[in-house]
Amino acid sequence: MANEYAKNTVLRSPLGRVRGLGSAKGGTHHWWMQRVTSAALLPLTLWFALSAASLAGAPYEEARAWIAHPVNAVLLLASIALAFHHTAAGMQVIMEDYANQEWVKVGSILAIKAICWLLAIASALAVLRIAV
Amino acid sequence: MSIMQDSREATMEGRRTDGTPIRRPLSPHLQVYDMMQLTSALSIASRITGVIWSVGMVILVWWLVATATGPGAYGAVSWFLSSWLGVLGMVGLTAAAWYHTLNGVRHLAWDAGYGYDLPTTYKSGRAVLVATAVMTVLTWLVAIIAWAS
Repeated sequence: MANEYAKNTVLRSPLGRVRGLGSAKGGTHHWWMQRVTSAALLPLTLWFALSAASLAGAPYEEARAWIAHPVNAVLLLASIALAFHHTAAGMQVIMEDYANQEWVKVGSILAIKAICWLLAIASALAVLRIAV
Repeated sequence: MSIMQDSREATMEGRRTDGTPIRRPLSPHLQVYDMMQLTSALSIASRITGVIWSVGMVILVWWLVATATGPGAYGAVSWFLSSWLGVLGMVGLTAAAWYHTLNGVRHLAWDAGYGYDLPTTYKSGRAVLVATAVMTVLTWLVAIIAWAS
């Protein structure tokens, strides 16, 4: 019994374990941000999908005027930031789940973040060029 | 223990709530579970539609950058989006996006602790499928009316 106890003794305190802040000290932050961005994207998706649909076949000036509208520009910028954060977070989890080599996992997560940042900056800049 | 072949195994070394060590199985176990049950199929579809939408975001970036660039670039996106390949792709993307969004609502409900029992899980799963169809048709109805006018 004493041996059994020694084998199962953990140096981490119960408080440390229950707080769930592992070696990365991140805890549930990544998971929580995925939920926060998803909740924020719900109304934005509804707005964007119906707006984009009503722009089907729109001439150049009409599309430009829609993006330039202050309300649309603000909501577009918010959507871009949230959508790329959510995309990067989701793709990261997929790589963490399926990549079975450490360098593949780390490399692909860095690549995902780089691509998402660049695409987000490019789209935000496009909105600003039209709206400002 | 033998040398770790798969880095994912590191995350399988867990501890029970009482602190005792346990080696958890690598999940999902493809040989044991029927992956085409509605519940698992919808779960897998949620991930796949997320990936599709991630790739589809490139079209949004293209559309925004082209509109900022000028009429020529905008004409190229419009040409692609009104081609049969573009329309087909956008119909698929619309359905994938609505599915991912609506199943996301289901996930948020689960995260809040609701709808975990089996009958409710099946009911909400079917509701997501029906709602995806409704929202996809609704979105394209708006698009077709806008396109025609």
